[in-house]
Amino acid sequence: MRLSRRVLPWIAALAGLSLGIGLIWGFFFTPDDYKQGSTVKILFIHVPAAMMAINAWIMMLVTSLIWVIRRHHVSALAARAAAPAGLVFTLIALVTGALWGQPMWNTWWEWDPRLTSFLILLLFYLGYIALWSAIEDPETAADLTGILCVVGSVFAVMSRYAVKFWNQGLHQDSTILKVGEKDPLDVAYYVPLVICLVGFVLFFILIVLLRTRMLIRARRLIALEARERLG
Amino acid sequence: MMPDLGDYAATVLGAWGATLLALAGLLALTLVQSRRVARALTEAEARVAQAKAAGAKA
Amino acid sequence: MIALLARDLSLAFRAGGGFGLGLAFFLLVVVLVPLGVGPDSAILAAIAPGVLWVGALLASLLSLDRIFALDHEDGSLDLLATAPLPLEGVVAIKALAHWLVTGLALTLAAPLLAVLLNLPAPGYPWLLLSLAVGTPALSVIGAFGASLTIGLRRGGLLLSLLVLPLYVPTLVFGAEVVRRGATGLAPATPLALLAAITAGSLALLPFAAAAAIRVNLR
Repeated sequence: MRLSRRVLPWIAALAGLSLGIGLIWGFFFTPDDYKQGSTVKILFIHVPAAMMAINAWIMMLVTSLIWVIRRHHVSALAARAAAPAGLVFTLIALVTGALWGQPMWNTWWEWDPRLTSFLILLLFYLGYIALWSAIEDPETAADLTGILCVVGSVFAVMSRYAVKFWNQGLHQDSTILKVGEKDPLDVAYYVPLVICLVGFVLFFILIVLLRTRMLIRARRLIALEARERLG
Repeated sequence: MMPDLGDYAATVLGAWGATLLALAGLLALTLVQSRRVARALTEAEARVAQAKAAGAKA
Repeated sequence: MIALLARDLSLAFRAGGGFGLGLAFFLLVVVLVPLGVGPDSAILAAIAPGVLWVGALLASLLSLDRIFALDHEDGSLDLLATAPLPLEGVVAIKALAHWLVTGLALTLAAPLLAVLLNLPAPGYPWLLLSLAVGTPALSVIGAFGASLTIGLRRGGLLLSLLVLPLYVPTLVFGAEVVRRGATGLAPATPLALLAAITAGSLALLPFAAAAAIRVNLR
């Protein structure tokens, strides 16, 4: 708690700074793609949001495991804190993807493996958040959502392969890791994209820290009120 | 200053607008909730401290 | 163990136990879809595998919350938890009972309902086989979901929200088997994957469910 208070302003400033630089650079100072025109600018929000949507779930999985194994209370709360952020990132990825797909693929929605997986991921986030808010006792809620997160991760990965099997994709492969291969992402896009990525990561950390602090306080509040009632 | 977005202006601006709105909404929600919880906690702590002081006197 | 199985089965067959309910629901879904989509038999034949699988999935969802809820209310779940039988075994037996009551019945009823949807003839054996292989996974995944929501009063809706995303792989492979079978393609690959998911779920999920029950009874 003390450490997070000292780090918090720095993270906030850095997140704001890198998001600001990356987004402004991406929006105002990148050339249009010869095929996709100005829609390529959606890249700078679509890709980081999509990556963070998955990373947030992975972070929830790790913190849930830490809770289940080591019974570290803050860890469970951090997993809970990350869920709404992951949900918002997933939504952003889906919405910007739909907007981008409309002029490029001539359709808002396509049952493409990547798109479908994200829709399923959205359902997982919804279920996870709903389970947290449904159970009153905090320890029970932490345990059960932890179990759900671990089992859900396995099924999420299986769903990913299932939908890949089920339909060939329209969505292109990721180009981020294609440096040095043929058909790489142009440097003019790459640098601002990386800055945007850093910005999204820091923004996510900021949200998780803020929410975790809130959840710790909320739990202390519940404990205090319970003690008051006992008199 | 504003770059020429060509035919896709509505698409690009819509996507950016929706994203910034969502991120700002998440941040605002988080801040509002944090503030509310923090205030409730301070009040509860003050109440408990008061009750303790009263108990000590009596 | 057998006594527990017999008890669960007799409870399910008793009036209001939910045995007929799932089947009736399955029938309703299959009747409602052509009414909504229109009577074009070519379209119906094309969507029959998916509709039958989705119908079976929703029908098995109906009775999930009964798996543990009644036992939790009257306290017999606490007894079972302290019984010499391991809790993992209890979960497996209860999932088996759920499957015998819903999954097996749905599997047997599906070919009859497939007639209504004009499923092409080569699809029938694959429909039976895929449902027979896939529905045990639905039951055991459902038992896991039910174990998470035991203590909740309004758990039914939450249960569907938790369980349906977990049903995705089973649904995809199950319907794919029937679709391939009906159109004359080789259905062996999705069938093997479907069987793998069932086997994996049967092996691992009772442990997760038992852990969740222990947490809920604490």
